[in-house]
Amino acid sequence: MSGPEKKVNRRKFLVGSAAVAGGVAFGVYFVSKTLENPLLKELKQGEAAITPFIKITTTEITFIVPRADVGQGITSTQAHLIAEELDIDPNSVSLDPGQPHPAYVNAKISSNSLPFQPNAEGFVPETVKGLMESVARFSGAQFTGGSSSVSDLHEKLRLAGATARETLKLAAATRFGVSIELLKTDNGAVILPDDRRVAYTELAADAALLEPVTDVELRPATQWRTLGKSYQRTDIVAKSTGSQSYGIDVRLPGMLYATVRANPGRGAGLKRYSDADARKMRGVHSVVEVSEGLAVIADNTWRAMQATAALDIDWLTPEYPATSKEMWRVLEDAHVEDNINSRLRDDGDVEQALEANQVITAEYRVPFLAHAALEPLSATVLVESDRVDVWTATQVPTAIRDAAAKIVDVDKDRVTLHVLPAGGSFGRRLDHDYVIQAIEIARTVPGTPVKTTWTREEDMTHDFPRPLHMVHARGTVSDGRIDSFDIDTISPSLSASWFARVFIVPPGPDTLLVWGAYDQPYEIPNYRVTGYRAPEVVPIGSWRSPGACSNSFFHESFISELISSAGADPLLERLRLISDPVSRGVLEAVGDMCNWSGPNIGPGRGRGIAFAHSHHVPVAEVVDVTLTKQGIQIDDVWIAADCGTVFDPVNAEAQLTGGAIWGLGHAMNCELTYQDHAPVQTNFHAFQGMRLYQTPRFHTKLVEKAALISGLGEPSTAPAAPALADAIFSATGQRLREMPFNRFVDFK
Amino acid sequence: MKLKVNGVTHELDVEDNMPLLWVLRDELGNTEPKFGCGIAQCGACTVHIGGAPVRSCQIRASSVRAAVTTISELGTPDQLHPLQAAWIEHQVAQCGYCQSGQIMQAADLLSRNPDPTDADIDLAMSANLCRCGTYPRIRAAIKTAAVSMQDAE
Repeated sequence: MSGPEKKVNRRKFLVGSAAVAGGVAFGVYFVSKTLENPLLKELKQGEAAITPFIKITTTEITFIVPRADVGQGITSTQAHLIAEELDIDPNSVSLDPGQPHPAYVNAKISSNSLPFQPNAEGFVPETVKGLMESVARFSGAQFTGGSSSVSDLHEKLRLAGATARETLKLAAATRFGVSIELLKTDNGAVILPDDRRVAYTELAADAALLEPVTDVELRPATQWRTLGKSYQRTDIVAKSTGSQSYGIDVRLPGMLYATVRANPGRGAGLKRYSDADARKMRGVHSVVEVSEGLAVIADNTWRAMQATAALDIDWLTPEYPATSKEMWRVLEDAHVEDNINSRLRDDGDVEQALEANQVITAEYRVPFLAHAALEPLSATVLVESDRVDVWTATQVPTAIRDAAAKIVDVDKDRVTLHVLPAGGSFGRRLDHDYVIQAIEIARTVPGTPVKTTWTREEDMTHDFPRPLHMVHARGTVSDGRIDSFDIDTISPSLSASWFARVFIVPPGPDTLLVWGAYDQPYEIPNYRVTGYRAPEVVPIGSWRSPGACSNSFFHESFISELISSAGADPLLERLRLISDPVSRGVLEAVGDMCNWSGPNIGPGRGRGIAFAHSHHVPVAEVVDVTLTKQGIQIDDVWIAADCGTVFDPVNAEAQLTGGAIWGLGHAMNCELTYQDHAPVQTNFHAFQGMRLYQTPRFHTKLVEKAALISGLGEPSTAPAAPALADAIFSATGQRLREMPFNRFVDFK
Repeated sequence: MKLKVNGVTHELDVEDNMPLLWVLRDELGNTEPKFGCGIAQCGACTVHIGGAPVRSCQIRASSVRAAVTTISELGTPDQLHPLQAAWIEHQVAQCGYCQSGQIMQAADLLSRNPDPTDADIDLAMSANLCRCGTYPRIRAAIKTAAVSMQDAE
C-alpha cells in the first residue's frame, strides 16, 4: 500500500460545479497544457451541467461512471472511488454510465496505453507520440479498453468525490452559521457540531450556488475505509439472483425482434436473394438489407432466426484467401525487408552475436481466435422523426453516437445512448458493427423499437478475431547464459484494421504488432525485435491483451528455449537478465509462492514459468502439470503481479485468475480455421475454452510495490500460455510452438 | 398450449417447435434464462422442469409436461437461496451472464448430493461454460452452500 498521496497538481485538473434542475453537479476535467480548457468552453455555452461525475438533486444522488462494465467490475470500482472521498455508501446512489462527452475522454488510453508503453519513452520517437496524442484528443476518444480505466480515472473520481464533499460542507457551514472546520461527513450527510445530520440532498440547492471548493487533498491510503479492503461489488446481488438485466434483455412496449444473416465472407455482401419463403413465415414483419447481408424483423427472436435460415441468398465472393492454409502463406511470404514496420528494440550487435555462436532457431504460430463473449451481440434501437435511442452494451459510445447520427441523419445531440451491462466482451465490444446493423434495421420501422440479436453462429462467423501471428526466432547462448535474442514478429496490422473502423488510423509504426515483445524489461546483451506488417487477410480486432497475448507466447517460449539450451535455471536466468525492481519483485514472489527449485518436480510431472510485462503490469506465472491416462492435467497455477496500489482486492484476484483461465483455455483448444472464406468453428462445440473440470488450483499475489497504478483486466493473460507450454516441455520434452496445443498433445 | 412457469399457468399460441427458451424470453418476458449458444453447449439457458435442470434452448415448449421454474423461484435478493448467498459471499460473478444457469445446475447437484466432492462438482458443472473464468469461485461457493444447507437441516 502506498503512503500518503501527494497533493494533486492543480495545473492538471480543473474542478467545477454547476446548477442542475433542483441540485448541483460536480465534475473534474483533465486539462492538458496544450488543449483548450473544455470546461470553460462548456460553461460559456451553458452546458457544464451535463458533464459531471456526481449529480446531487433534492431527491437523489447519481454517480456518472463512464467506463463500460464488460464483466470486470469497473462500474463498482468507479463508484467506490467516488464514494471513498464523498463518504457515502455506493449502494445508496444511482449509477449512470452517462452520455458520450469530452469530459469522459480516456486520456490514458489515448496518450499512454495505445500504443505506447510508459517504460518505453526512449524507444518511441517523440514526434510520433505527440501526433498520436493530438489524434486522440481531437477525436474525443471515449472508450473502455487497454486495462486503462483504473489508471485513467482513479485520481479524477476521488477528486470529484472530495470536491463535492467539501462544497457540501461549505454549503452547510453557510446555512447553519458554523465554521467549516467543525463539520464532518458520514454516510451521505454533513454532521453538524451538535451531531445533527444534514443529508447531502438537503444541501444540493445551496451547493449549486457556491463556487466549488477546489483546494482539496486526496485522503491517504491509510485513511481509506473501503478502498483496498474486501468489499462487495455493487452488482453482485443482481448477478447472483438472475435480476441483472443485460443489453440482450431490453424489453420495450411494442418492440419487434430481429436477427441478421450476413455474408459469411467478410465485406463482400449480397449478389442476389429471394425472401419469398421467409416473408410467408409466421410472425415475420419484413426482410431488410443491412451492411454485409440481410435481416429479418419478426415478433419473436426465434421466428426471426427461423426466417433468416429460410432466405435464399447468393453471396459475392470476398477478395481475401479462402482457406487458412492460403492465409498462412500470406504471412509466410510477408517475411521480407519491404514489410518491416518497426524495430523498436535493437540492443548490442545481434548480427555479430549470431555469427559468434551456434544459432538456435525456432518458428512459432498462433491462430485466429474468436472473442465469443457468452452474451451474443445485441442492440435495441428506436428511431423517431428527430431522434434515435440506442440500448446496448458497448466500449465505444462515441462511435455509436456518431454512427447513429449519420445513418438516421440527425444531429449527434439527438442520439441518446443507454449503455447496459455486457455479458462479456474480451475486446469485441470495441467494435460497433452489430449496433450499426441494428440502427439500419430500426430505421425501416420508425416509431417501433427493434431488438436485434445475433445467433452464436453469426457472432463467431462475423467476429473481428485475434489475428494470425507468427515469429521467426534466432538466438545464441554462451557460458550458460543467453547471449543474443532476435525475433521477427509477423502479423497483419491490428491498429490499422481496428482504428479504421471506429476512429482514425494513427501515424507511425503499429506498436500493437510488437507489444509483449519489444517492450519487455530483459537486458539481453544482443536483443532485437522487428515487426513485419503482413497484408490484412480478414478484418481483425483487439482480443484480451492484444499483441501481447501472442507476442508473449513467442517471446517467453524462446527465452525458455534458450535458457534450456544454456542449461540455466528458468527463474534465476530471468532474474539475472532483469534489473527492473518491480519486474524482479513478481518473479521473486512467484518463486517463493511455489517453492521454486527448478522445472523438474517428479516423474510424469512438469513445472513451467513465464513472465510478461503488459498494460504496464509485470506478471509472473508458474504452472504445474501432471501426465494422466486421460491427458495432461493442469494442477496448480501461481500468479504474482504488481499493478501498484490495489483498490478492489477481491475483484483484482478475480481478474488475475480469470485472465489466466482465458489464456490457458484458448491455448489448450481454441482456433478459428477458415474454409470458403469463413470460420469453420461457429459455436462452442468446436471452441471450448477451459471447462470447470480442467480448472487448476490458483494461488495469487499482488505485490503492490509499483509506483504506477494500473488496471488488471488483461495482464495475467499473456504469460499463461507460455507458462503452460513450458510446463508441458518440462513434463514431456516436447516444445509446443503453435497454438492450440491440443493439435499436438491431449488434455484431460 | 398450457405452460406453468414459476407457479403461473400461461395459455400460449406458439409453434410446436418453438424452444422453451424463446417462449420464456420473448413470449412471457422472463429474461432470467440466457441465450448463449442455442445448441446446449453453454448452459446459460438452464431452467428446472419438474425440478430437474434442462437446457431450455433444446426443449420444445410444447413437449414440457411439468412445471417450469427459473432462478427467481429459487430465491430473490430479499430471500436468498443458500446457493445465491454463497455466490454473493464468494463474489463469483464477473460478467454474470452464465451465473443463473450455473446456480440452477448447482441447485440440482445439491438436491441430489448434499455433500459433493470435487469430482462430483466437476462432473455436474462442466457442461456450464463461463467465459470469464469464474470456475474456482463456483467450486468454492458450491461447497459453502452445501455446508450452510446441511447446517440448516
